[in-house]
Amino acid sequence: MTLARELGKRFLSLAVVLFLVTLFTALLISMVPGDPVDTLVPLAESEEADALKAQVREDLNLDEPLHVRYASWLRDFVFGDERGEHFGDYFRVSGRDPVSNRLAEALPVSLQLMVYSQVLALVVAIPLGVLTAYRAGSLFDKVTNTGAFALMAVPTFVLGLALAYYIGVWLNWVPPSGYVPFGEDPVEHVRRMVLPSLTLAAGQIAVYMRLLRSDMVATLQEDFIQMARSKGISDQRVLWRHALRPSSLTLLTVAGMNVGTLIGGAVVVEVIFSIPGMGTAISQAIFERQYVALQSFVAVLAILYVVVNFAVDILYAVVDPRIRHARARN
Amino acid sequence: MPEPATDDPVATDAEPAAGTPAETEAPTEPTTVDALVEEVEAAPTRKLGVLGWVSIVWLVGITLAALLASWLPLPDPDRSYLEIVRVGPVQPGHLLGGDGNGRDMLSRVIFGARTSLWISVGAVGLGSVVGGVLGLVAGYFRGRVDTVVSMLFNVLLSIPALVLALSLVAVFASAEQDVSDTRKTNVIILALAIVTVPLIGRIARASTLSWSEREFVRAAEVLGASHLRIMVREVLPNVLPAMASIALLGIAVAIVAEGSLALLGVGVRDVPSWGNMIADGRSDLARAPHIVAVPSIATFLTVMALNYLGDVVRARFDVREGGL
Repeated sequence: MTLARELGKRFLSLAVVLFLVTLFTALLISMVPGDPVDTLVPLAESEEADALKAQVREDLNLDEPLHVRYASWLRDFVFGDERGEHFGDYFRVSGRDPVSNRLAEALPVSLQLMVYSQVLALVVAIPLGVLTAYRAGSLFDKVTNTGAFALMAVPTFVLGLALAYYIGVWLNWVPPSGYVPFGEDPVEHVRRMVLPSLTLAAGQIAVYMRLLRSDMVATLQEDFIQMARSKGISDQRVLWRHALRPSSLTLLTVAGMNVGTLIGGAVVVEVIFSIPGMGTAISQAIFERQYVALQSFVAVLAILYVVVNFAVDILYAVVDPRIRHARARN
Repeated sequence: MPEPATDDPVATDAEPAAGTPAETEAPTEPTTVDALVEEVEAAPTRKLGVLGWVSIVWLVGITLAALLASWLPLPDPDRSYLEIVRVGPVQPGHLLGGDGNGRDMLSRVIFGARTSLWISVGAVGLGSVVGGVLGLVAGYFRGRVDTVVSMLFNVLLSIPALVLALSLVAVFASAEQDVSDTRKTNVIILALAIVTVPLIGRIARASTLSWSEREFVRAAEVLGASHLRIMVREVLPNVLPAMASIALLGIAVAIVAEGSLALLGVGVRDVPSWGNMIADGRSDLARAPHIVAVPSIATFLTVMALNYLGDVVRARFDVREGGL
């Protein structure tokens, strides 16, 4: 019963957050100083320009009050406009391109980058976290910890540029930038994704490793670990089979909640390594002052983020009875 | 003023937990590397230590240099010297060499510090005041106020921070006509402040929630102190350390954010900042890596110093993120 109520409350809060997030993105265009249409269609005075401007004004309902504008934006976003377009158009002098084309190309590329880096981060951080906890206080532990602390202070773009320079240009092991789809050439795809994924993963590795280490150090002092050891189970098995699982809860939550950092990082990494994902799409939309496209990109990322966080939160509460009960008590 | 209970053995921070068997290690030969490693390890034990002092000296130094940039004997950061175009560090008269346009790197990195620090400190300062007040009010009055404020924080947190800042700056500061740098700086400060509000606010709220329960607050209530007086005189001084540690980390994040914005093409243009120096130097990365390296190292050292001091403050006052 408490779980059902808790779920209901969560869903209500999800709905409110989604409403406010879409409201913010829908009204993004209205915040442009001056007349947004002049910015969207940067043309000199001419009959053609006036006609296009009038058309854009009509399409975006810019003469309507805010609530009407929001409602029509949301309707078009979810159900598509009269041409079946969900995400609006790029308004160009030559005509209009659907934003959905851009989105369909860019979003999978960004998701790929995020998944690669997250997997890489966990694959590197979990063994490091376990080993540093096992040998807490050793030189290895100290050096790793110091390295992690320093790594957290390296901004994503600095690390990206450093890797592009040393590994891409100087050592010339992999191309310093560019993107090749997996379907076209898997080997080249991997070669080009190594540096971006590593750049995006680096900060996470440091955070995950430190988290896991501190939880693991606490777990290793529990009685059941002593028990397992005194039964003669090998240290390896105790570490990986007995201690890792109860120590990994915080790590998994943080990994799940980290999507926001990941999205922000991916935006920067893509621009540095010229990967045609959402970050590149967003910076291009800003550069070309295509606010309708920008609006859709931001809305898609925000909704993705909200929904993933919600899913992680719910899963976590369902999986771990302690959290469930703690919440019910509050 | 009562001491906060810091001696909880099961610290839930992301810090290497105190009280592990590791604490009883035998003293080894104190080499320099070992001593440094020791220092970083010792971060959560509330001591400032050598690294702490180095961090403070670096931050004070860079801040003073930034403030006094106009009076220091530096070449004009915008003037081109033909003889140092893309020439690396240690040149007579130009200690750190020149950038792609032959402008003096030392001068630019110091003037850049002025822009980057002004933006990040301004943003976090503004965000801390707004977030702090909101968090304090929400945590003190609870109930409906708390629900509304927490919802506001959740909404702000539910757009990826960089994307939120990026879209705000793009929309407000790149209208049809070219925007002045002052306006752009203000918009960036505002955008980053909006991103900071929920981060500081949540800490302030969580901290206020627990401090408001304490006896001395109850005592003040019984004695008839007004809400405002209790909040400002009784609760706020205890909440400040928590806010300060997050604010230090926040300044570090804001410096990085300024750089990211510059790299994405929406940063300040006309005055040097660490971010736009790095962004401009990208095209010369293969030929003259020092153009990117100098501002990158400045950024790295500053971020690391702020992180370290933030950790020390956090360990000293046992700041927690509140419940899950």
